[in-house]
Amino acid sequence: MATAPVLPGGFELPLEPRLPRLGSIDAVALEERAATLATRSIKKGSKVFALDLAIRVMDLTTLEGADTPGKVAALTSKGIRPDPSDPNIPSVAAICVYPNLVAYAVERTRGTGVKVAAVATSFPSGQSSLDVKLLETREVIDAGADEVDMVIDRGAFLSGRYAQVYDEIVRVKEVCAGRAHLKVILETGELGTYDNVRRASLLAIAGGADFIKTSTGKLPSSATLPVTLCMLEAIRDVHEETGRVVGMKAAGGIRQAKQAVQYLVQVHETLGLAWLTPDRYRLGASTLLNDVLMQIRKERTGRYQNPDYFTVD
Amino acid sequence: MIKDKREVARRGEAAAIPTAWEYAPAPESREIVHFEDRYGLYIGGQFLEPLSNERYTTIDPAREEPLAEIAQAGKADVDRAVKAAREAYAERWSQLRPSERAKYLFRIARILQERSREFAVVESLNGGKPIRESRDVDLPLAAAHFFYYAGWADKLEYAFPNRTPRPIGVAGQIIPWNFPLLMLAWKIAPALAAGNTVVLKPAETTPLSALLFCDVVRQAELPPGVVNIVTGDGRTGAELVSHPDVDKIAFTGSTEVGKAIQRTLAGSGKRLTLELGGKAANIIFDDAPLDQAVEGIINGIYFNQGHVCCAGSRLFVEESIYETVISKLKRRMKTLRVGDPLDKNTDVGAINSKQQLDKIGSLVQSGIDEGAEIYQPPCKLPERGYWFVPTVFTNVAQSYRIAQEEIFGPVLSVLTFRTPDEAIEKANNTPYGLSAGVWTEKGSRILAMAQKLRAGVVWANTYNRFDPASPFGGYKESGFGREGGRHGLEPYVALDGS
Repeated sequence: MATAPVLPGGFELPLEPRLPRLGSIDAVALEERAATLATRSIKKGSKVFALDLAIRVMDLTTLEGADTPGKVAALTSKGIRPDPSDPNIPSVAAICVYPNLVAYAVERTRGTGVKVAAVATSFPSGQSSLDVKLLETREVIDAGADEVDMVIDRGAFLSGRYAQVYDEIVRVKEVCAGRAHLKVILETGELGTYDNVRRASLLAIAGGADFIKTSTGKLPSSATLPVTLCMLEAIRDVHEETGRVVGMKAAGGIRQAKQAVQYLVQVHETLGLAWLTPDRYRLGASTLLNDVLMQIRKERTGRYQNPDYFTVD
Repeated sequence: MIKDKREVARRGEAAAIPTAWEYAPAPESREIVHFEDRYGLYIGGQFLEPLSNERYTTIDPAREEPLAEIAQAGKADVDRAVKAAREAYAERWSQLRPSERAKYLFRIARILQERSREFAVVESLNGGKPIRESRDVDLPLAAAHFFYYAGWADKLEYAFPNRTPRPIGVAGQIIPWNFPLLMLAWKIAPALAAGNTVVLKPAETTPLSALLFCDVVRQAELPPGVVNIVTGDGRTGAELVSHPDVDKIAFTGSTEVGKAIQRTLAGSGKRLTLELGGKAANIIFDDAPLDQAVEGIINGIYFNQGHVCCAGSRLFVEESIYETVISKLKRRMKTLRVGDPLDKNTDVGAINSKQQLDKIGSLVQSGIDEGAEIYQPPCKLPERGYWFVPTVFTNVAQSYRIAQEEIFGPVLSVLTFRTPDEAIEKANNTPYGLSAGVWTEKGSRILAMAQKLRAGVVWANTYNRFDPASPFGGYKESGFGREGGRHGLEPYVALDGS
């Protein structure tokens, strides 16, 4: 593609109507589509498939000030073997922890295929200097994290300093390159509009994100079906235009198996089967796993079991 | 069913991509619906055997299985129904206090809500539409219409300030097969609210929800004769139209029949409203929210198998985004799930009748013959029943039949434009004028387009959305008169001096 000529006033004049154009989102229609997809009735074998997949793409998460090595150890064991009584239950995709606890998680997951994701860049607010963010990123990678979940600077984004947001992502990506996957958290609950969600998604992808992720989980409004649909459509547009594959992570507020199935249906019908793998899709959750396990056992046995049969970790 | 090679993903190894995720059948139960073997005519509050002694069988178009025997009302039957309606009008309904009429309508609305699951199954069984649509669109809207007009019943003088609205008498109402219960609601609710009584003829192929509605009427304890339902084909409709004691005819259906009705009524002094065919333009500008616009295109033409008079059957795309829109549209079409109307995951159901299927087939063939480029997504259709794969035609010229004639099926014709003026000129270049859609981020352009499009309804950044408070009706050969809203009362009231 030819580069855009710069006009005297500094206005950029895109030469192509498509790729450079950001595109806009109609909120009403987006929400309607998301609501319609959520009415899909997933039963029997197709439900078991979805529940199994929900575990395989799960980033089992603990992000509390009270986290300890003991807590991480318990969570890691749970992630590796979610249901000790059923060997058919797969492991989760990753364990997601704060930087200080990465080393414990790495040690516990060694050789299991379960990855370790670390939040970094002054999670969850992102309100610190770039140097601090880069240092933190370097530290978690050195500690053995396979994946880095960074936050964008929403303050910069909302005040229109997109270049700064972009630049930070690029710099963090440089640190990650070749060593760790980069997930960029948009914190959509603070972005205000779907147009902003789309803009931030494209910004993150342009900056080198391997995954784009909805939320930190630290806000009352986290992942919602319309927000994830908006992000999936951005991923789809980039893939259509350039062939580049970007993953998606929905996080925050996904507590029930039924919700997880709705998110997976949305990915299936928006991006297709190719995205139904932990390499391209993740569900970030701290309390979802037991409900999924309970639903799987219900599908197998025909009845619900007492929650006490599932370990609390 | 599930093909998935489970491999333990080691670090750095790619996880397996599933090869299929087929949704298991999720059928709505039809156990909640009970059909009689045969139905009479609902006249004066009871089911009567047809004097004509003629019957026909109504079927499930998705399985080609008979559902019930339906009476074919003849001249004498229609006469009985009109007499019952006249008597109920003169002695009961027009004498009732308006607030009492409102109570009955509220009651009907509530019963419809309570029995909505049952009605949704009936609509899907007899009409072929997906249960998701009958459950989420037809039923809530039908109930909403009764609620809405119930509210007007005792406030008519506010609908027509400084006039004295009075009821007209007996209304003969003829409705189509695409939204059987919803069209019944559109017709009956305003008529009753204004103090009229009705004789309604449901479409030949979809009489069952109207017959089940008689049970709602009974439950609501509506005075006998206020609502009468006569079933049958076009002959019954003709008898109703030409009956001398009917004061008003309301017809929704084809333009051809609408013209015939208007000829019959000429000089009779009967009032008439017609809601006829359409060939709506759905116009996408280059600044439109594209993914949502594509949903709007899909919803515009594949909603209810395209059996929608206001379907967005002509798509106008600004040339600069043509390729993007077409590729997004085709991709989206691949995810449409065609099949059993009772399955909760079905997006596109069965074509309503063999006759309609043949008509769609022949128009699609004409499109191919005239040189348009056809695309149909890969799609496995059930063996029995009437089905048509969602279809899109590109390279369509304005002169092709598929761009001119109403297909009334899941068939979209795509045309392009370069400027807003060209879009308007082409969009208006049709004998019809029922509806149109405009997709753009620019509010001023929406208003400018809406002003110039000769269509009764213009949707902006949405399509096929209905609300009882919003009037609906056509320009030109799409008919006249409005249904819905305050405007929808007008055909059912006599104002002083008229």
